[in-house]
Amino acid sequence: MEHLKGRIIYKGTVEGEALTTSMPISFYGGVDPNTGIVLEKGHELEGMSIKDKILVFPQGKGSTVGSYTLYRMKKNNTAPLGMINKETETIVAVGAIISEIPFIDKVDITKIKTGNKVTIENENLKLF
Amino acid sequence: MELTKQEQAMLDGKEGYATRKSMEILVALGEIFGAKNLINVGSVQVAGVSYHNLGDAGLEFLNSLAKDGKVKVLTTLNPAGMDLENWRQLGISEEFAEKQNLVIDAFQRMGILVSCTCTPYLIGNLPLYDEHIAWSESSAVTFANSVLGARTNREGGPSALAAAFVGKTPCYGLHLDENRVPDVHVKVEVELSKISDWGALGYAVGKKAENKTPYITGIKTAQLDELKNFCASIVTYGTKPLFYVKNITPSADQQPIPKETVYIEASDIKNAYDSINDDTAEIDFVCVGCPHCSIKEIQEIVDIIQNKKVKKDVELWVATSRTVKQLADKRGYTAIIEAAGGKFACDTCMAVAPLKGRFNALATTSAKGCFYSRQNLMKTKMGSMKECIEAAVSGKWNI
Repeated sequence: MEHLKGRIIYKGTVEGEALTTSMPISFYGGVDPNTGIVLEKGHELEGMSIKDKILVFPQGKGSTVGSYTLYRMKKNNTAPLGMINKETETIVAVGAIISEIPFIDKVDITKIKTGNKVTIENENLKLF
Repeated sequence: MELTKQEQAMLDGKEGYATRKSMEILVALGEIFGAKNLINVGSVQVAGVSYHNLGDAGLEFLNSLAKDGKVKVLTTLNPAGMDLENWRQLGISEEFAEKQNLVIDAFQRMGILVSCTCTPYLIGNLPLYDEHIAWSESSAVTFANSVLGARTNREGGPSALAAAFVGKTPCYGLHLDENRVPDVHVKVEVELSKISDWGALGYAVGKKAENKTPYITGIKTAQLDELKNFCASIVTYGTKPLFYVKNITPSADQQPIPKETVYIEASDIKNAYDSINDDTAEIDFVCVGCPHCSIKEIQEIVDIIQNKKVKKDVELWVATSRTVKQLADKRGYTAIIEAAGGKFACDTCMAVAPLKGRFNALATTSAKGCFYSRQNLMKTKMGSMKECIEAAVSGKWNI
Protein backbone atom coordinates (compact mmCIF):
# COMPACT_ATOMS: atom_id res chain seq x y z
CA MET A 1 0.00 0.00 0.00
CA GLU A 2 1.21 3.49 -0.78
CA HIS A 3 0.12 6.78 0.79
CA LEU A 4 0.00 9.99 -1.22
CA LYS A 5 -1.26 13.47 -0.32
CA GLY A 6 -2.98 15.93 -2.61
CA ARG A 7 -4.95 19.18 -2.53
CA ILE A 8 -8.68 18.94 -1.83
CA ILE A 9 -10.87 20.26 -4.62
CA TYR A 10 -14.02 18.66 -3.24
CA LYS A 11 -13.76 16.80 0.03
CA GLY A 12 -15.10 13.32 0.62
CA THR A 13 -14.27 9.68 1.06
CA VAL A 14 -14.52 7.20 -1.74
CA GLU A 15 -13.04 3.86 -2.73
CA GLY A 16 -12.82 2.38 -6.21
CA GLU A 17 -10.79 1.17 -9.14
CA ALA A 18 -8.49 3.59 -10.92
CA LEU A 19 -8.86 4.40 -14.60
CA THR A 20 -5.76 6.34 -15.59
CA THR A 21 -4.82 8.40 -18.64
CA SER A 22 -1.94 10.73 -19.37
CA MET A 23 -4.21 12.78 -21.68
CA PRO A 24 -6.43 15.75 -20.68
CA ILE A 25 -10.21 15.25 -20.92
CA SER A 26 -13.00 17.42 -22.34
CA PHE A 27 -16.13 16.19 -20.60
CA TYR A 28 -18.52 17.91 -22.99
CA GLY A 29 -18.08 16.34 -26.42
CA GLY A 30 -15.40 14.00 -25.14
CA VAL A 31 -17.59 11.82 -22.91
CA ASP A 32 -21.14 10.51 -23.43
CA PRO A 33 -23.12 11.70 -20.36
CA ASN A 34 -25.70 8.93 -20.78
CA THR A 35 -23.24 6.05 -20.65
CA GLY A 36 -19.98 7.45 -19.27
CA ILE A 37 -18.08 6.22 -22.33
CA VAL A 38 -15.18 8.32 -23.65
CA LEU A 39 -15.84 9.43 -27.24
CA GLU A 40 -12.80 11.49 -28.19
CA LYS A 41 -11.09 10.13 -31.28
CA GLY A 42 -7.57 8.98 -30.54
CA HIS A 43 -7.94 9.39 -26.76
CA GLU A 44 -6.25 6.70 -24.66
CA LEU A 45 -9.60 6.02 -22.99
CA GLU A 46 -11.67 6.06 -26.22
CA GLY A 47 -14.46 3.49 -25.90
CA MET A 48 -13.93 2.96 -22.15
CA SER A 49 -16.42 3.88 -19.44
CA ILE A 50 -15.49 6.29 -16.63
CA LYS A 51 -18.68 5.45 -14.70
CA ASP A 52 -18.01 4.44 -11.10
CA LYS A 53 -14.23 4.65 -11.56
CA ILE A 54 -11.65 6.74 -9.79
CA LEU A 55 -10.76 8.78 -12.86
CA VAL A 56 -7.11 9.80 -12.96
CA PHE A 57 -6.05 12.36 -15.59
CA PRO A 58 -3.74 15.38 -15.78
CA GLN A 59 -6.38 18.12 -16.18
CA GLY A 60 -9.45 19.21 -18.13
CA LYS A 61 -9.43 20.80 -21.57
CA GLY A 62 -11.88 22.01 -24.21
CA SER A 63 -15.49 22.96 -23.62
CA THR A 64 -16.48 25.19 -20.74
CA VAL A 65 -19.76 23.30 -20.60
CA GLY A 66 -17.82 20.39 -19.08
CA SER A 67 -18.87 21.41 -15.54
CA TYR A 68 -22.51 20.77 -16.45
CA THR A 69 -21.62 17.48 -18.13
CA LEU A 70 -20.17 16.21 -14.85
CA TYR A 71 -23.25 17.44 -12.96
CA ARG A 72 -25.49 15.69 -15.44
CA MET A 73 -23.45 12.47 -15.24
CA LYS A 74 -23.77 12.55 -11.46
CA LYS A 75 -27.57 12.82 -11.74
CA ASN A 76 -27.59 10.06 -14.41
CA ASN A 77 -25.40 7.77 -12.26
CA THR A 78 -22.72 7.68 -14.97
CA ALA A 79 -20.16 9.90 -13.20
CA PRO A 80 -16.81 8.77 -11.85
CA LEU A 81 -16.87 7.94 -8.12
CA GLY A 82 -13.90 10.21 -7.55
CA MET A 83 -11.29 12.10 -9.52
CA ILE A 84 -7.56 12.73 -9.26
CA ASN A 85 -5.67 15.32 -11.36
CA LYS A 86 -2.06 16.30 -11.75
CA GLU A 87 -3.15 19.94 -11.59
CA THR A 88 -6.77 20.81 -12.14
CA GLU A 89 -8.41 23.83 -13.77
CA THR A 90 -11.63 25.71 -13.20
CA ILE A 91 -14.04 23.70 -15.41
CA VAL A 92 -13.48 20.31 -13.82
CA ALA A 93 -13.13 21.85 -10.35
CA VAL A 94 -16.54 23.58 -10.61
CA GLY A 95 -18.05 20.41 -12.05
CA ALA A 96 -16.86 18.43 -9.03
CA ILE A 97 -18.00 21.11 -6.57
CA ILE A 98 -21.58 21.35 -7.88
CA SER A 99 -21.80 17.57 -8.42
CA GLU A 100 -20.20 16.77 -5.03
CA ILE A 101 -17.65 14.33 -6.47
CA PRO A 102 -14.62 13.75 -4.19
CA PHE A 103 -11.68 15.23 -6.05
CA ILE A 104 -8.02 15.91 -5.29
CA ASP A 105 -5.15 17.23 -7.38
CA LYS A 106 -1.42 17.97 -7.05
CA VAL A 107 -0.76 14.25 -7.07
CA ASP A 108 1.95 12.38 -9.02
CA ILE A 109 -0.56 10.58 -11.21
CA THR A 110 2.10 8.41 -12.88
CA LYS A 111 2.08 6.32 -9.68
CA ILE A 112 -1.55 5.33 -10.18
CA LYS A 113 -2.13 2.54 -12.70
CA THR A 114 -5.41 1.52 -14.26
CA GLY A 115 -6.91 -1.26 -12.16
CA ASN A 116 -5.28 -0.11 -8.89
CA LYS A 117 -7.65 -0.06 -5.95
CA VAL A 118 -7.68 3.54 -4.70
CA THR A 119 -9.10 5.24 -1.62
CA ILE A 120 -9.56 9.01 -1.50
CA GLU A 121 -10.10 10.36 2.00
CA ASN A 122 -10.16 14.15 1.82
CA GLU A 123 -6.54 15.08 0.93
CA ASN A 124 -5.23 11.55 1.53
CA LEU A 125 -4.85 8.97 -1.16
CA LYS A 126 -4.17 5.27 -0.60
CA LEU A 127 -3.09 2.92 -3.37
CA PHE A 128 -3.49 -0.84 -3.03
CA MET B 1 -9.26 34.45 0.92
CA GLU B 2 -10.12 37.85 2.38
CA LEU B 3 -13.68 39.02 1.89
CA THR B 4 -15.04 42.54 2.25
CA LYS B 5 -18.05 43.09 4.51
CA GLN B 6 -20.32 43.21 1.50
CA GLU B 7 -18.88 39.98 0.07
CA GLN B 8 -19.24 38.25 3.44
CA ALA B 9 -22.87 39.38 3.56
CA MET B 10 -23.47 37.83 0.14
CA LEU B 11 -21.86 34.59 1.35
CA ASP B 12 -24.11 34.70 4.42
CA GLY B 13 -27.16 34.84 2.17
CA LYS B 14 -28.14 38.50 2.80
CA GLU B 15 -28.78 38.95 -0.95
CA GLY B 16 -30.63 35.68 -1.36
CA TYR B 17 -30.04 32.15 -2.54
CA ALA B 18 -28.43 32.66 -5.97
CA THR B 19 -25.86 35.11 -4.66
CA ARG B 20 -25.06 32.87 -1.69
CA LYS B 21 -24.63 29.80 -3.92
CA SER B 22 -22.49 31.88 -6.29
CA MET B 23 -20.28 33.11 -3.47
CA GLU B 24 -19.85 29.51 -2.29
CA ILE B 25 -18.57 28.53 -5.75
CA LEU B 26 -16.30 31.59 -6.05
CA VAL B 27 -14.87 31.20 -2.54
CA ALA B 28 -14.25 27.47 -3.12
CA LEU B 29 -12.37 28.27 -6.35
CA GLY B 30 -10.48 31.12 -4.69
CA GLU B 31 -9.37 28.86 -1.83
CA ILE B 32 -8.31 26.04 -4.21
CA PHE B 33 -6.31 28.27 -6.51
CA GLY B 34 -4.84 30.53 -3.83
CA ALA B 35 -6.65 33.79 -4.64
CA LYS B 36 -6.14 36.53 -2.05
CA ASN B 37 -9.34 38.37 -2.90
CA LEU B 38 -12.18 38.86 -5.34
CA ILE B 39 -11.86 41.40 -8.18
CA ASN B 40 -14.53 43.24 -10.16
CA VAL B 41 -15.26 41.95 -13.63
CA GLY B 42 -16.28 44.11 -16.59
CA SER B 43 -18.46 41.49 -18.24
CA VAL B 44 -19.46 37.84 -18.24
CA GLN B 45 -20.09 35.34 -21.03
CA VAL B 46 -22.19 32.38 -19.93
CA ALA B 47 -21.86 28.96 -21.59
CA GLY B 48 -24.08 25.97 -20.95
CA VAL B 49 -27.20 27.17 -22.77
CA SER B 50 -28.20 24.29 -25.02
CA TYR B 51 -30.73 21.92 -23.49
CA HIS B 52 -28.78 19.27 -25.40
CA ASN B 53 -25.80 19.72 -23.08
CA LEU B 54 -27.62 20.81 -19.91
CA GLY B 55 -30.33 18.14 -19.78
CA ASP B 56 -32.99 18.26 -17.07
CA ALA B 57 -30.28 18.31 -14.40
CA GLY B 58 -28.82 21.54 -15.79
CA LEU B 59 -32.24 23.11 -16.30
CA GLU B 60 -33.12 22.44 -12.67
CA PHE B 61 -29.83 23.98 -11.54
CA LEU B 62 -30.55 27.14 -13.60
CA ASN B 63 -34.13 27.40 -12.39
CA SER B 64 -32.99 27.25 -8.78
CA LEU B 65 -30.69 30.23 -9.44
CA ALA B 66 -33.26 32.16 -11.51
CA LYS B 67 -35.66 32.34 -8.54
CA ASP B 68 -33.84 35.30 -7.02
CA GLY B 69 -30.64 35.72 -9.03
CA LYS B 70 -29.98 38.96 -10.96
CA VAL B 71 -26.74 39.64 -12.82
CA LYS B 72 -24.70 42.65 -11.70
CA VAL B 73 -22.65 43.22 -14.89
CA LEU B 74 -23.11 43.03 -18.67
CA THR B 75 -23.75 39.33 -19.26
CA THR B 76 -24.08 37.69 -22.67
CA LEU B 77 -25.08 34.16 -23.56
CA ASN B 78 -23.53 31.34 -25.56
CA PRO B 79 -25.39 29.56 -28.39
CA ALA B 80 -28.51 27.56 -27.56
CA GLY B 81 -29.45 24.17 -28.98
CA MET B 82 -31.66 25.70 -31.66
CA ASP B 83 -32.46 28.80 -33.66
CA LEU B 84 -34.89 30.48 -31.26
CA GLU B 85 -37.16 31.62 -34.10
CA ASN B 86 -36.54 29.29 -37.01
CA TRP B 87 -36.15 25.97 -35.15
CA ARG B 88 -38.87 24.10 -37.01
CA GLN B 89 -37.22 24.62 -40.38
CA LEU B 90 -33.97 23.25 -38.95
CA GLY B 91 -35.67 20.03 -37.94
CA ILE B 92 -35.77 20.55 -34.16
CA SER B 93 -38.51 18.64 -32.31
CA GLU B 94 -41.35 20.34 -30.39
CA GLU B 95 -40.26 18.54 -27.26
CA PHE B 96 -36.69 19.87 -27.48
CA ALA B 97 -37.89 23.39 -28.32
CA GLU B 98 -40.13 23.45 -25.27
CA LYS B 99 -37.24 22.51 -22.96
CA GLN B 100 -34.83 24.90 -24.71
CA ASN B 101 -37.30 27.76 -24.24
CA LEU B 102 -37.46 26.98 -20.50
CA VAL B 103 -33.65 27.32 -20.35
CA ILE B 104 -33.78 30.66 -22.21
CA ASP B 105 -36.59 31.83 -19.94
CA ALA B 106 -34.44 31.10 -16.87
CA PHE B 107 -31.57 33.18 -18.29
CA GLN B 108 -33.98 36.03 -19.19
CA ARG B 109 -35.21 36.13 -15.61
CA MET B 110 -31.61 36.48 -14.42
CA GLY B 111 -31.24 39.63 -16.54
CA ILE B 112 -28.89 38.08 -19.09
CA LEU B 113 -28.89 39.29 -22.72
CA VAL B 114 -30.14 36.48 -24.93
CA SER B 115 -27.36 37.08 -27.44
CA CYS B 116 -26.80 33.33 -28.02
CA THR B 117 -23.44 33.62 -29.71
CA CYS B 118 -19.93 32.32 -29.09
CA THR B 119 -18.59 35.59 -30.56
CA PRO B 120 -19.81 38.14 -27.98
CA TYR B 121 -16.91 40.38 -29.04
CA LEU B 122 -18.62 40.87 -32.43
CA ILE B 123 -21.97 41.98 -31.01
CA GLY B 124 -21.20 44.49 -28.27
CA ASN B 125 -19.48 42.62 -25.43
CA LEU B 126 -15.97 43.77 -26.28
CA PRO B 127 -13.56 43.79 -23.33
CA LEU B 128 -10.69 46.26 -23.24
CA TYR B 129 -7.00 45.46 -23.00
CA ASP B 130 -6.10 44.36 -19.45
CA GLU B 131 -9.75 44.38 -18.36
CA HIS B 132 -10.74 41.62 -15.94
CA ILE B 133 -13.69 39.56 -17.13
CA ALA B 134 -15.20 36.16 -16.30
CA TRP B 135 -15.99 34.34 -19.50
CA SER B 136 -16.85 30.82 -20.41
CA GLU B 137 -16.95 29.49 -24.02
CA SER B 138 -13.43 28.26 -24.63
CA SER B 139 -13.00 29.91 -28.05
CA ALA B 140 -14.16 33.30 -26.73
CA VAL B 141 -12.00 32.98 -23.61
CA THR B 142 -8.97 32.37 -25.82
CA PHE B 143 -9.88 35.25 -28.14
CA ALA B 144 -10.40 37.63 -25.20
CA ASN B 145 -7.09 36.70 -23.54
CA SER B 146 -4.95 36.46 -26.63
CA VAL B 147 -6.34 38.74 -29.34
CA LEU B 148 -7.87 41.42 -27.11
CA GLY B 149 -5.46 41.17 -24.18
CA ALA B 150 -8.27 41.03 -21.61
CA ARG B 151 -7.91 38.74 -18.57
CA THR B 152 -10.08 35.75 -17.86
CA ASN B 153 -9.73 32.21 -16.68
CA ARG B 154 -11.46 29.53 -18.69
CA GLU B 155 -14.62 29.65 -16.60
CA GLY B 156 -17.05 26.77 -16.54
CA GLY B 157 -20.70 27.64 -17.20
CA PRO B 158 -21.63 27.65 -13.49
CA SER B 159 -18.61 29.69 -12.33
CA ALA B 160 -19.24 32.32 -15.03
CA LEU B 161 -22.84 32.56 -13.84
CA ALA B 162 -21.60 32.89 -10.25
CA ALA B 163 -19.32 35.77 -11.30
CA ALA B 164 -22.29 37.48 -12.98
CA PHE B 165 -24.45 37.33 -9.83
CA VAL B 166 -21.63 38.64 -7.65
CA GLY B 167 -20.01 40.96 -10.24
CA LYS B 168 -16.63 39.58 -9.19
CA THR B 169 -14.28 36.65 -9.64
CA PRO B 170 -11.45 35.28 -7.50
CA CYS B 171 -8.10 36.77 -8.54
CA TYR B 172 -5.98 33.82 -9.63
CA GLY B 173 -4.66 32.17 -12.78
CA LEU B 174 -4.78 34.32 -15.89
CA HIS B 175 -5.83 37.42 -13.93
CA LEU B 176 -2.25 37.62 -12.63
CA ASP B 177 0.80 38.81 -14.63
CA GLU B 178 2.98 35.89 -13.56
CA ASN B 179 0.65 33.34 -15.11
CA ARG B 180 0.51 35.10 -18.47
CA VAL B 181 4.16 34.67 -19.37
CA PRO B 182 4.70 32.46 -22.43
CA ASP B 183 6.78 29.34 -21.76
CA VAL B 184 7.14 27.65 -25.12
CA HIS B 185 8.36 29.19 -28.36
CA VAL B 186 6.39 27.84 -31.31
CA LYS B 187 8.15 28.46 -34.61
CA VAL B 188 5.71 28.14 -37.49
CA GLU B 189 7.63 27.13 -40.59
CA VAL B 190 4.74 26.66 -42.95
CA GLU B 191 2.58 29.04 -44.99
CA LEU B 192 -1.10 29.03 -44.12
CA SER B 193 -3.23 29.38 -47.23
CA LYS B 194 -6.86 28.85 -46.20
CA ILE B 195 -9.10 29.30 -43.17
CA SER B 196 -9.02 25.61 -42.18
CA ASP B 197 -5.21 25.71 -42.08
CA TRP B 198 -5.65 27.89 -38.99
CA GLY B 199 -7.74 25.15 -37.40
CA ALA B 200 -5.07 22.62 -38.33
CA LEU B 201 -2.44 24.93 -36.83
CA GLY B 202 -4.51 25.17 -33.64
CA TYR B 203 -4.61 21.39 -33.47
CA ALA B 204 -0.84 21.10 -34.00
CA VAL B 205 0.08 23.86 -31.52
CA GLY B 206 -2.48 22.62 -28.97
CA LYS B 207 -0.97 19.15 -29.02
CA LYS B 208 2.70 20.25 -29.09
CA ALA B 209 2.46 23.02 -26.47
CA GLU B 210 0.72 20.63 -24.04
CA ASN B 211 -0.23 22.77 -21.04
CA LYS B 212 2.18 25.61 -21.81
CA THR B 213 1.52 29.15 -23.10
CA PRO B 214 2.77 29.48 -26.68
CA TYR B 215 4.77 32.39 -28.04
CA ILE B 216 4.26 31.97 -31.76
CA THR B 217 6.58 33.32 -34.44
CA GLY B 218 6.66 32.88 -38.19
CA ILE B 219 3.14 34.15 -38.88
CA LYS B 220 3.27 37.27 -41.03
CA THR B 221 -0.36 38.32 -41.22
CA ALA B 222 -3.61 37.29 -39.65
CA GLN B 223 -7.22 38.37 -40.06
CA LEU B 224 -10.00 38.39 -37.51
CA ASP B 225 -11.73 35.30 -38.93
CA GLU B 226 -8.47 33.37 -39.04
CA LEU B 227 -7.66 34.16 -35.41
CA LYS B 228 -11.24 33.33 -34.40
CA ASN B 229 -10.87 29.90 -36.04
CA PHE B 230 -7.41 29.37 -34.51
CA CYS B 231 -8.64 30.29 -30.99
CA ALA B 232 -11.43 27.71 -31.22
CA SER B 233 -9.07 24.98 -32.33
CA ILE B 234 -6.06 25.55 -30.06
CA VAL B 235 -8.16 25.29 -26.90
CA THR B 236 -10.18 22.32 -28.17
CA TYR B 237 -7.08 20.24 -28.85
CA GLY B 238 -4.86 21.86 -26.22
CA THR B 239 -5.47 23.29 -22.76
CA LYS B 240 -4.16 26.89 -22.45
CA PRO B 241 -6.58 29.67 -23.45
CA LEU B 242 -3.75 32.15 -24.02
CA PHE B 243 -1.12 32.57 -26.73
CA TYR B 244 0.97 35.32 -28.21
CA VAL B 245 1.72 35.87 -31.90
CA LYS B 246 4.70 38.08 -32.61
CA ASN B 247 3.74 41.36 -34.32
CA ILE B 248 0.04 40.43 -34.24
CA THR B 249 -1.40 40.06 -30.75
CA PRO B 250 -1.10 42.82 -28.11
CA SER B 251 1.91 42.83 -25.77
CA ALA B 252 3.57 39.93 -27.65
CA ASP B 253 6.59 42.13 -28.21
CA GLN B 254 6.96 42.78 -24.48
CA GLN B 255 7.15 39.08 -23.64
CA PRO B 256 10.41 37.22 -23.09
CA ILE B 257 11.02 34.65 -25.83
CA PRO B 258 10.82 31.21 -24.17
CA LYS B 259 13.87 28.95 -24.44
CA GLU B 260 11.95 25.76 -25.05
CA THR B 261 11.22 25.63 -28.76
CA VAL B 262 8.92 23.47 -30.87
CA TYR B 263 8.50 23.64 -34.63
CA ILE B 264 5.37 23.46 -36.74
CA GLU B 265 6.18 22.17 -40.19
CA ALA B 266 4.10 21.22 -43.21
CA SER B 267 4.00 17.63 -41.93
CA ASP B 268 2.34 18.79 -38.67
CA ILE B 269 -0.41 20.56 -40.61
CA LYS B 270 -0.88 17.48 -42.77
CA ASN B 271 -1.05 15.26 -39.67
CA ALA B 272 -3.71 17.55 -38.20
CA TYR B 273 -5.86 17.23 -41.33
CA ASP B 274 -5.31 13.46 -41.42
CA SER B 275 -6.39 13.15 -37.81
CA ILE B 276 -9.43 15.46 -38.10
CA ASN B 277 -10.67 14.20 -41.48
CA ASP B 278 -12.46 10.89 -41.79
CA ASP B 279 -12.64 8.70 -44.83
CA THR B 280 -15.78 9.78 -46.67
CA ALA B 281 -16.53 10.99 -50.18
CA GLU B 282 -20.22 11.77 -49.59
CA ILE B 283 -21.31 14.86 -47.63
CA ASP B 284 -24.87 15.40 -46.40
CA PHE B 285 -24.33 18.28 -43.95
CA VAL B 286 -22.31 21.43 -44.42
CA CYS B 287 -22.05 23.78 -41.48
CA VAL B 288 -19.95 26.92 -41.42
CA GLY B 289 -19.73 29.32 -38.50
CA CYS B 290 -17.80 27.66 -35.68
CA PRO B 291 -17.15 30.13 -34.13
CA HIS B 292 -20.17 32.05 -35.45
CA CYS B 293 -19.72 33.64 -38.89
CA SER B 294 -18.73 37.27 -39.08
CA ILE B 295 -20.45 39.47 -41.66
CA LYS B 296 -17.30 39.18 -43.79
CA GLU B 297 -17.58 35.38 -43.86
CA ILE B 298 -21.20 35.69 -44.91
CA GLN B 299 -20.06 37.93 -47.76
CA GLU B 300 -17.61 35.20 -48.80
CA ILE B 301 -20.39 32.60 -48.81
CA VAL B 302 -22.53 34.86 -50.97
CA ASP B 303 -19.72 35.28 -53.50
CA ILE B 304 -19.31 31.51 -53.78
CA ILE B 305 -22.94 30.39 -53.68
CA GLN B 306 -24.49 32.98 -55.98
CA ASN B 307 -26.27 31.28 -58.92
CA LYS B 308 -25.67 27.81 -57.44
CA LYS B 309 -28.04 25.41 -55.69
CA VAL B 310 -27.47 23.30 -52.61
CA LYS B 311 -27.94 19.66 -53.64
CA LYS B 312 -31.18 17.94 -52.72
CA ASP B 313 -30.75 15.91 -49.51
CA VAL B 314 -27.79 18.05 -48.43
CA GLU B 315 -28.24 20.68 -45.69
CA LEU B 316 -26.17 23.85 -45.59
CA TRP B 317 -26.24 25.75 -42.31
CA VAL B 318 -24.73 29.18 -41.86
CA ALA B 319 -24.31 29.52 -38.09
CA THR B 320 -24.16 33.09 -36.86
CA SER B 321 -25.50 35.46 -34.26
CA ARG B 322 -28.90 37.03 -34.79
CA THR B 323 -27.23 40.45 -34.70
CA VAL B 324 -24.92 39.60 -37.62
CA LYS B 325 -27.81 38.01 -39.52
CA GLN B 326 -29.72 41.29 -39.25
CA LEU B 327 -26.85 42.96 -41.11
CA ALA B 328 -26.97 40.16 -43.69
CA ASP B 329 -30.74 40.62 -44.04
CA LYS B 330 -30.38 44.34 -44.73
CA ARG B 331 -27.61 43.82 -47.26
CA GLY B 332 -29.60 41.15 -49.15
CA TYR B 333 -27.15 38.36 -48.30
CA THR B 334 -29.71 36.27 -46.46
CA ALA B 335 -31.99 36.25 -49.50
CA ILE B 336 -29.17 35.07 -51.79
CA ILE B 337 -28.07 32.25 -49.46
CA GLU B 338 -31.65 31.12 -48.88
CA ALA B 339 -32.47 31.26 -52.59
CA ALA B 340 -29.54 28.88 -53.14
CA GLY B 341 -31.07 26.50 -50.61
CA GLY B 342 -28.85 27.38 -47.64
CA LYS B 343 -30.32 27.89 -44.17
CA PHE B 344 -29.36 30.31 -41.46
CA ALA B 345 -28.89 28.79 -38.03
CA CYS B 346 -28.90 31.75 -35.67
CA ASP B 347 -28.51 31.44 -31.89
CA THR B 348 -27.09 27.93 -32.28
CA CYS B 349 -24.34 25.85 -33.86
CA MET B 350 -23.24 22.34 -34.75
CA ALA B 351 -21.44 21.88 -31.44
CA VAL B 352 -24.54 22.28 -29.26
CA ALA B 353 -27.60 21.46 -31.43
CA PRO B 354 -29.21 18.00 -31.05
CA LEU B 355 -27.92 16.52 -34.31
CA LYS B 356 -27.18 12.93 -33.32
CA GLY B 357 -28.21 10.53 -36.04
CA ARG B 358 -29.48 13.23 -38.42
CA PHE B 359 -26.48 13.35 -40.74
CA ASN B 360 -23.73 11.00 -41.84
CA ALA B 361 -20.94 13.29 -42.94
CA LEU B 362 -20.10 16.91 -42.16
CA ALA B 363 -18.04 19.39 -44.15
CA THR B 364 -16.91 22.46 -42.22
CA THR B 365 -14.23 25.13 -42.01
CA SER B 366 -13.78 24.43 -38.30
CA ALA B 367 -11.45 22.01 -36.50
CA LYS B 368 -13.49 22.57 -33.34
CA GLY B 369 -16.67 21.75 -35.24
CA CYS B 370 -15.17 18.41 -36.25
CA PHE B 371 -14.31 17.56 -32.64
CA TYR B 372 -17.86 18.17 -31.38
CA SER B 373 -19.52 16.41 -34.30
CA ARG B 374 -18.09 13.10 -33.18
CA GLN B 375 -20.61 12.92 -30.35
CA ASN B 376 -23.25 13.24 -33.07
CA LEU B 377 -21.74 10.26 -34.90
CA MET B 378 -20.79 12.19 -38.04
CA LYS B 379 -17.78 11.65 -40.23
CA THR B 380 -15.96 14.94 -40.76
CA LYS B 381 -14.11 16.83 -43.48
CA MET B 382 -12.42 20.17 -42.90
CA GLY B 383 -11.57 22.66 -45.64
CA SER B 384 -11.84 26.20 -46.98
CA MET B 385 -15.11 28.11 -47.28
CA LYS B 386 -15.05 27.40 -51.02
CA GLU B 387 -14.51 23.66 -50.54
CA CYS B 388 -17.35 23.53 -48.02
CA ILE B 389 -19.86 25.46 -50.13
CA GLU B 390 -18.92 23.38 -53.18
CA ALA B 391 -19.51 20.23 -51.12
CA ALA B 392 -22.99 21.55 -50.33
CA VAL B 393 -23.63 21.98 -54.05
CA SER B 394 -22.23 18.62 -55.18
CA GLY B 395 -22.78 16.45 -52.11
CA LYS B 396 -19.19 15.28 -52.54
CA TRP B 397 -15.86 16.07 -50.93
CA ASN B 398 -13.34 16.54 -53.66
CA ILE B 399 -10.00 16.56 -51.91
